Amino acid sequence: MEKTINITLRIWRQRGPKEKGAFKEYALSNISVDSSFLEMLDILNEQLINKGEEPVVFDHDCREGICGMCSLYINGHPHGPDEDITTCQLHMRKFNDGDVITVEPWRSAGFPVIRDLMVDRGAFDKIIQAGGYISVNTGGVPDANAIPIPKANADEAMDAASCIGCGACVAACKNGSAMLFVSAKVSQFALLPQGRVEAARRAKAMLAKMDELGFGNCTNTGACEAECPKNVSISNIARLNREFIKAKLKD
Amino acid sequence: MWLLNSSIGKKVVMSITGLFLILFLTFHMSMNVVAIFSGEAYNMICEFLGANWYALVGTLVIAGGAVLHILYAFWLTYINRRARGNDRYKVVDKPQGVEWASQNMLVLGIIIALGLLLHLYDFWFKMQFNEITGILPDVNPHDGYGLIAEKFANPAIAVAYLVWFVAIWFHLTHGFWSALQTLGWNNKIWLSRWKCISCIYMTVICLGFAAVAIYFGFIA
Repeated sequence: MEKTINITLRIWRQRGPKEKGAFKEYALSNISVDSSFLEMLDILNEQLINKGEEPVVFDHDCREGICGMCSLYINGHPHGPDEDITTCQLHMRKFNDGDVITVEPWRSAGFPVIRDLMVDRGAFDKIIQAGGYISVNTGGVPDANAIPIPKANADEAMDAASCIGCGACVAACKNGSAMLFVSAKVSQFALLPQGRVEAARRAKAMLAKMDELGFGNCTNTGACEAECPKNVSISNIARLNREFIKAKLKD
Repeated sequence: MWLLNSSIGKKVVMSITGLFLILFLTFHMSMNVVAIFSGEAYNMICEFLGANWYALVGTLVIAGGAVLHILYAFWLTYINRRARGNDRYKVVDKPQGVEWASQNMLVLGIIIALGLLLHLYDFWFKMQFNEITGILPDVNPHDGYGLIAEKFANPAIAVAYLVWFVAIWFHLTHGFWSALQTLGWNNKIWLSRWKCISCIYMTVICLGFAAVAIYFGFIA
């Protein structure tokens, strides 16, 4: 027989960016432990709609942990209590019968709340636009082995590139710093020869944009790395610091 | 100026002043330990430093470093709190592997600064400052040994200093490796190495200071 649990949800409701939000409690019964966290929220919303109430607004897209669209700060952890997964990969088997589950939006000055649990993460796009790319005039396709790249570098660049830009690092950071995100995006290029060409300009431009958008400073607590669904390492932050300091000393 | 405008620049100032203060503490501890072995040798050091020009220049540089470190700490904390936004989380659960000290550096720093004021009054005021101004004619500014023995004869003072050293230990174990990380001198392999070196180095410094307090408070 399928196991089900009864839970109480304490969800942040906020009608708009300028309005004051508050927690509201919802009781849900007979939730299958096999359902995902977002499916559970779908069930809640269906009930709310049937009762004629406003459904809870939250972000989601692919629901398989690769798009970086889902967020939610669940019981004090971005992406919930499980490790190395996004909220969409979180299942109700991680919770017990009778649990009170507190669901909050990412809270950071850089990510203003749009409504309920949905925040505006456009700041990350602006940081990418500031320098998170390589300028290439595409010609003929060269052979993949034309530029030799050490395996270790390729692996580390790939690990950095696994960042999906969900913003859990900012949500977890007590300073609301986006350093893990920015450092991953700087590293994925800085480690490869194609990205080296613009490395100095990129580090300066992306960091300046990050500061401008109101994110905090890094205190090296490591909370971002611990909560990152993709396990991006804070050694990337050391690389960003190095790239930035080197670039500034050269100026 | 990037040391004023950029987030990494501000952290670089914190790192360099912090590492400089750690270097100062290393020398300070080495000299203090001498007092356990020989009062005469310790007073020789006090006389050698005293209010000579090089000691005065050194004092000014150290004070400058400390003031910069403290000013930047408050400035950065202000920016960080603003970046956190107006609404705070209702439920906060510390993630695994996050050092307690790393999230409470300002609080630890304030405790250290308050202890420092007391410490300056207890010793620096009666030694270097006294030598320059002659404000306390009854106190010999070069008898550091006598001052230590007198101060720590009260075990309550010794215990207060020991508590202070614990706060310094927490502040520095995070501060040392964190400074190197901020200066970019880190990678996947050295991350755990620096943390380990940090722990050993700061334990040695704090044990050195504690040894003097324990020796004069409870043994001598």
